[in-house]
Amino acid sequence: MNSSVPPSLRDAEPRSVSSIMRQVLYALVPGVVIYVWFFGFGVVINCLIAVTVALASEGIMLGLRRRAIKPFLTDGSAAVTGMLLALAMPPYVPWWATVIATTFAIVVAKHLFGGLGYNPFNPAMAGYALVLISFPAQMTTWPLPHILSEIRPGLIDSALIIFTGHPAGALSLDALSSATPLAHIKAELGLMQTVSEARDAPIFGVFGGKGWEWLSIGYLLGGLWLLYQRIIKWQIPVSMLAGLFVMAMVFYLSDPDIYSSPMFHLLSGAAVLGAFFIATDPVTAATTPVGRIIFGAGIGVLTYVIRTWAGYPDGLAFAVLLMNAAAPTIDHYTQPRILGEDRQ
Amino acid sequence: MSRKLWQFHGGIKLPGHKALSNREPSIPAAIPVRLYLPLQQHIGITSHPVVKIGDKVLKGQVIARAESYVSVPIHASTSGTVVDIGEYPVPHPSGLSAMCVVIEADGQDLWIEKKPPKDYESLEPDALIHIVRDAGIVGMGGAGFPSHVKVNEGAENVVNTLIINGVECEPYITCDDRLICERADEVIGGARIIAHAVKAKRCIVAVEDDMPEAYAALERVSGSDIELARVPAIYPAGGEKQLILTLTGEEVPSGRLPIHIGIVMHNVATAAAVYRVLQYGEPLVSRYVTVTGSVARPRNVRALLGTPVRDLIDQCGRELGAPMKVIMGGPMMGLPVHDENVPVTKTTNCILVTNGPERGPEMPCIRCGDCVDVCPVNLLPQHLYWYTRAHDFDTAQDFHLFDCIDCGCCAHVCPSNIPLVQYFFFAKSEIAVEEEARESADLARRRFESRTARLAQEKPARKSPVQKEKVVVGGTQDDRGQKRAYIQAAIARTKAKRARAGEAKRSKEPSTAIDADSKSASRSDE
Repeated sequence: MNSSVPPSLRDAEPRSVSSIMRQVLYALVPGVVIYVWFFGFGVVINCLIAVTVALASEGIMLGLRRRAIKPFLTDGSAAVTGMLLALAMPPYVPWWATVIATTFAIVVAKHLFGGLGYNPFNPAMAGYALVLISFPAQMTTWPLPHILSEIRPGLIDSALIIFTGHPAGALSLDALSSATPLAHIKAELGLMQTVSEARDAPIFGVFGGKGWEWLSIGYLLGGLWLLYQRIIKWQIPVSMLAGLFVMAMVFYLSDPDIYSSPMFHLLSGAAVLGAFFIATDPVTAATTPVGRIIFGAGIGVLTYVIRTWAGYPDGLAFAVLLMNAAAPTIDHYTQPRILGEDRQ
Repeated sequence: MSRKLWQFHGGIKLPGHKALSNREPSIPAAIPVRLYLPLQQHIGITSHPVVKIGDKVLKGQVIARAESYVSVPIHASTSGTVVDIGEYPVPHPSGLSAMCVVIEADGQDLWIEKKPPKDYESLEPDALIHIVRDAGIVGMGGAGFPSHVKVNEGAENVVNTLIINGVECEPYITCDDRLICERADEVIGGARIIAHAVKAKRCIVAVEDDMPEAYAALERVSGSDIELARVPAIYPAGGEKQLILTLTGEEVPSGRLPIHIGIVMHNVATAAAVYRVLQYGEPLVSRYVTVTGSVARPRNVRALLGTPVRDLIDQCGRELGAPMKVIMGGPMMGLPVHDENVPVTKTTNCILVTNGPERGPEMPCIRCGDCVDVCPVNLLPQHLYWYTRAHDFDTAQDFHLFDCIDCGCCAHVCPSNIPLVQYFFFAKSEIAVEEEARESADLARRRFESRTARLAQEKPARKSPVQKEKVVVGGTQDDRGQKRAYIQAAIARTKAKRARAGEAKRSKEPSTAIDADSKSASRSDE
């Protein structure tokens, strides 16, 4: 009844969509820094490509849809989608894969469903899933963390690899690449090795892969800051990590030879990034307090299921998309009891 | 004193800005040249004018009488001459005009002869109810529900607790605060009278914990029969259902009234008005109004009902320069004033003058859920918004649209600047319109069915219409008897039609009465 009431009369800190998105971008900084430290500058170039393409396709789609360009382009949501995609992609993935993923994310997953606030599926994960299915070879080639390879491509070399596929001079892409820890274990298990045998490979650290565990801690720091800033709420990250942990724990205790430890699962792949930055995308998540717990736990459990028994070593993207589809139903069945409503 | 309090879900801690206006004692507002007294200042049926243009009236004289049980009379708030009865701007969200009695003040402010009733304790509750009603007293906290209806609740129900609500939770507003500070005896006196009328087993007077002076004033005059309570200053702690939960731990069932759990709530200003009519024989003709925000001397004034908002702003020092916005009520639930000629009514608690910047553009909902965290009813505003936008009002009702108390917490925290309460308000009025249409359609359907049944009964006595057509068109006229029967049937049909028209006219009155009743039931918050 009072939209005409100016904010000066309202609470002090005005929060807006763009300030929320800006905070999310800040919160990614520790993760990105650690990423660069362990895996080189490829991720920086990927971020540049993805954010540029995201903003460009956002602008074009807004124009085609005759929407106000400025408020939506500056809301930061497209930039966040681009950043998350870039962080999910392997650091030396060919440039066109990033372009395809980002374009699909913004144009199809976001705008064809109605733009900001109306997309049922997480755009970044939809784009990621598309290229993962279409270009499995490129999407599963990860560099060794530099502490293992002793070669760390600089910014120029990284750009050359991404844009031409060939690093300069004596560097060879094969010398840099390896499977991810998750993929390695999956492959070794397929060769009838035990988990502990598989983990003898030098790419493994204390809990997860070397470098990977630190990367996860970087994302965790950013995520905790978002919690502290009340940008995200605790239910989804906690229940997602708990879901993954509990599943991993149950199977690890049943047979540690063929199932990896819970800590390995938490600190490998995209688990932490997903828990704090991807699953918490409010547009595509469940929104009731209880619903968020179910939603997060569902992602955790499905991630474990896909990692362990399905064809993809890291199933987070698919787990998120599946739970996105379930979110409206979850919301419907988890309405809180309102003031004065009968207690069942 | 520490008493056990309960917590309601959500709410927001808002900067109060109370010190702006509650430091100074109240002053009487100047008598305006002309007073505009709307015939509807309460929930229920509009009052009916009993004066004509040209009549001289005295302060306190009835100028409009109550037209039904859920209605109250209106009194001249100063002495003077009735110069017009017509449409003038009134405080209403639509910004439309409504019927007002316009009085040109003679400046004498002469009272009609006051007849204070005897000691209230010797009066039967029934007599008290009439006195309260004849004084034109309505809920002065904002809703404007006729108070006698709530005073009467002791007649048919057991009232365990009477709560006198001084929890002025909206920012800027301090009229109840000042009233208690200056007239605590009237508030407590009124509380005792109402407690007597509803036969309440106990009576709690509640204020916010940021009103220490008011609390101290109450402490000085209340005895052991009155419990005092301080509740945390969290908006909207003064909402009827929120305050009941805070004080008693009980929840008013969804869609029902406090009396269903044995509780009656009145505003402190209402209690003081009840006291004044019984002690001094004064009907409701003035009230405390906070004039605050961007004015030179923000303060509380005791304004005559009908005083234009413009006069009050002028009296408190209008600031020149940037064009100001005027809000009647607080920043959270107040109405924008489009025309400064709108008058102070029985429910006007605050005039807020502001020049703050606009909120940013409305963005799509990103379903962040901040609104869920602050909703004091534990609703899911993001879903209500979604279904309201889609005009899916049935689902919106499944999500408890009608439990929304319009407090505005959700809109306040929304990062997308969505005026959520406006969407909900729109949905509620659309549903009311639909309901009305459905009711009249139902009525039409029932009539049609009974007519069909009646015709089916009469059928053996009449020829079928097809045969009649043949008679007329074909003109095989040798059968005169058949033709006569046809004419008679036509006459019967016309008669039936007339009878139906009459019936429809008669049935209109009860249906509007029911409508008014249901509206008042849903908006009886103090």
